[in-house]
Amino acid sequence: MSGIILTVEDLDIALDPSGVEVDHEVNLELVEGEILGLVGESASGKTTAATSLLNFQRRGAKIVSGSIHIGDRDVLALGAAQLRQLRGGVISYVPQDPGSALNPALRIGLQLREVLEFHGFGDSEAERRKRLEEMMAEVLLPSTKEFLRRYPHQLSGGQQQRVALAMAFSCRPKVIVLDEPTTGLDVTTQAHVLNTIRDLVTAHRVAAVYVTHDLAVVAELAHRIAVMYAGRLVEIGPAAELFAGASHPYTRRLLHAVPVLTGRRTLEGIPGFAPRPGHRPAGCAFAPRCSYAVAKCSAEMPPEEIVGEMHRVRCWRHEEVRAQAPVLAQKDDSSLESGGEAGLITVRGVTAWYGSKECIHDIDITLRARECLALVGESGSGKTTLARCIAGLHHFRIEGDIGFQGKALPRLAGSRPRAIRHAIQYVFQNPYSALNPRKTVAQILSQPLSIFFDYTRHQREDRLAEVLDLVSLDDTLLSRYPDQLSGGERQRVAIARALAAEPTVLICDEVTSWLDVSVQASIIELLLRLQSEIGLCMLFVTHNLALIRSIAYDVAVMSEGRIVEYGPTDDVLADPQAEYTRKLLADTPTIEAALFKT
Amino acid sequence: MSANDSVSAGERRVDALDVSPDEALSETLGHDLEPSPARGKQRRRDWVQLPLDALHYRVTQAGLAISLFIVAMAVVGPYIAPYSPYEFVTAPYAKPSATAWLGGDNLGRDVVSRVLCGGRTVLSLSFIATAIGMILGVVLGLVAGYARTVINEVIMRGLDVLLAFPQIVFVLLIISVLGPQVWLLVLGVGVTLAPPIARVVYGVTVEIKERDFVMAAESLGVSHLKIAFTEILPNIVSPLMVEFGLNLTFAIGTIASLSFLGFGMQPPAADWGLMINENRVGLVIQPYSVFVPVTLIAILAIGVNLVTDGVAHAMIGIDRDTGSA
Repeated sequence: MSGIILTVEDLDIALDPSGVEVDHEVNLELVEGEILGLVGESASGKTTAATSLLNFQRRGAKIVSGSIHIGDRDVLALGAAQLRQLRGGVISYVPQDPGSALNPALRIGLQLREVLEFHGFGDSEAERRKRLEEMMAEVLLPSTKEFLRRYPHQLSGGQQQRVALAMAFSCRPKVIVLDEPTTGLDVTTQAHVLNTIRDLVTAHRVAAVYVTHDLAVVAELAHRIAVMYAGRLVEIGPAAELFAGASHPYTRRLLHAVPVLTGRRTLEGIPGFAPRPGHRPAGCAFAPRCSYAVAKCSAEMPPEEIVGEMHRVRCWRHEEVRAQAPVLAQKDDSSLESGGEAGLITVRGVTAWYGSKECIHDIDITLRARECLALVGESGSGKTTLARCIAGLHHFRIEGDIGFQGKALPRLAGSRPRAIRHAIQYVFQNPYSALNPRKTVAQILSQPLSIFFDYTRHQREDRLAEVLDLVSLDDTLLSRYPDQLSGGERQRVAIARALAAEPTVLICDEVTSWLDVSVQASIIELLLRLQSEIGLCMLFVTHNLALIRSIAYDVAVMSEGRIVEYGPTDDVLADPQAEYTRKLLADTPTIEAALFKT
Repeated sequence: MSANDSVSAGERRVDALDVSPDEALSETLGHDLEPSPARGKQRRRDWVQLPLDALHYRVTQAGLAISLFIVAMAVVGPYIAPYSPYEFVTAPYAKPSATAWLGGDNLGRDVVSRVLCGGRTVLSLSFIATAIGMILGVVLGLVAGYARTVINEVIMRGLDVLLAFPQIVFVLLIISVLGPQVWLLVLGVGVTLAPPIARVVYGVTVEIKERDFVMAAESLGVSHLKIAFTEILPNIVSPLMVEFGLNLTFAIGTIASLSFLGFGMQPPAADWGLMINENRVGLVIQPYSVFVPVTLIAILAIGVNLVTDGVAHAMIGIDRDTGSA
């Protein structure tokens, strides 16, 4: 194949003193203008592998063997000074969180100029200035003096990420490594950033590695996709081919976890979690979580086999796996039924302020008993404010009526009677800050129990185990602290805390946005089960339209503090009326798009 | 900024982990979404775990050895002193001899005996003063930091007024008005220590109260006072430990200075600060009676500071993962 720009051969990365393997036998080739999606769950070693392309290893990790070539340059043989020239010049990196990657004390213009100056781009100041303007135009940002004089905190998240992109592309690198650059951005912003990346890569014939945990994000963007699990590439192939003929059970499970826009599908999480370095089983590391596993799997690592054009897979049973019907073809067309229940929570003409600023205007929604209403919108649309008004957590001025079972609700949780406080429970977005890090799971879950119920010590212990069981966790976790739990487990504990109060209404504020896609799928599974078992009334706040079809009967779309569309989910998704909903739908990344692309 | 820096920025997310030094290596490689089976169930509470972690560092070990040496001297000293500290053993400012190893002081009392007996007061008084300062500072800072109302302003501006007085001047003022009493000295020093502590506690509290778990407790209807002391306080234990060490050093210095100025312990009590004052006239003739207590106070301050350093070091490990992942 011509135009190969990056070759990685048998790359092994291990922890330095202990020799514990992190990445093993990683083989990659990239041609000019190609985007490779590197996909995997947390702790799969994808970021470690990606940063190694710049010959950068985290503290404690070391490249043991293998080679990395960019053009004819041996990256691993370069000295410190040459490496500095290479990084940012020939190969550049776009980090996950632009907010912390840009120096908060420097104006963005200066930061951009620095890169050009360091790499000696152009011959004169004027030339560099021209390049800077060019870069800003390429990432669709103004290059006015005024804008360049801004500090990073004066830019929005999407703008910051574009500045980071401009910086990465400024010296016309040959290879670019993007480490989850759109995680934490809104769908609309994400769509813009992805478009910018695609345009830049095509225009400058750059080879790109895009690291992500979400297959849907790279589906439209990447030409080829590499799936990593426990430090190995388990499957690599052209995007469309991989989606249609996924040959590794893990790839199939990942596909199952991705929500789709067209047609309903039951989301399936992957039970368990990816083993971290040092705890990986012998043989195929996925075997313990794999439904295809046979005895051979846990005994011996399968070799890499070629199953199609540029399509390689590591699985003993890849033929059988491949023969299964494509994941995306499996659809479940049953629709969620509305029982036509009476309204439990009624929000009428609610306007709320944040400080002195009016942030939601004249909202009318109804939460029906035993049903789920999805509240969709970008960040800043006021959806969290609305959810908090209902939960009694909004400390600023509210006007209008919020009713519960026909009676007006006091504004703040503290002034609501006990019976109402326990009936309405709230699950927070960020599982990392929702649990007190200094309390054990038992202490956290006991809090609602001791406030709302008069249990004896014995009853309380039974109840704790019961509540944990509801969220599919076992009671050995009771003595753990939150930092000993994974993100998914933390979110389950947070849900368990809400359930311990025996609520009738559960408000879920973007409960999956901090989690891996596979973990997100299992949390959705859990919420669906709880809803049908306990008959919870739910308000499900999210920015991901693709998610709501799986869970909500009704949807309310919010934009700039107003509800722009409100109706049954299926109708809204099939035939959106509001301009804003259509835009949101178009920007939501899906895997289907990749199938129809080629 | 070059790509070089960007890469280290990428590392940040993973560095935001709660790890003990031993596990740091394997932890850096996995993302923070995974639990570590290695970090078993035997993890203890902060106020136990932090000092234990701190002991891994050389600084702490050295500091602890130094501090314990001085403490032991102060505690055991009176029992092993060759003479009573009030006994006239030799001539004023006598040179060291077989009877008085470090010579005599301004009145001819044995310097060794006075040094051995004079540590108790400094140590215990500064410890009590620090405790008073901590309790006051923590309560005020916590309440001010958590309160969203006018209470916040009242407390913090009140503390600003206190903060504006130089510490020694404030204590001198109340002592010269009410007379040199030991309890007044301790209370005075304690009160002047409180404002800076309250500032630190206030700052941390303001940050912690924004975390969702505080809001979660509010939504359950937990009372404000209870939230402040059971939800927020446990999260600021580690900075408090460092504060305690720092303030103990301040208190030692202040109390010794006040004794030196004649406002602390009164003659004929044996006290390091007082000894410096009494004997400074004869510094040229008989340096030991000044030099030894000065050195001991300095060593004690250094020791406490080293321990504090170690605890601060260990704290970086413990406090990493508290919600900002």
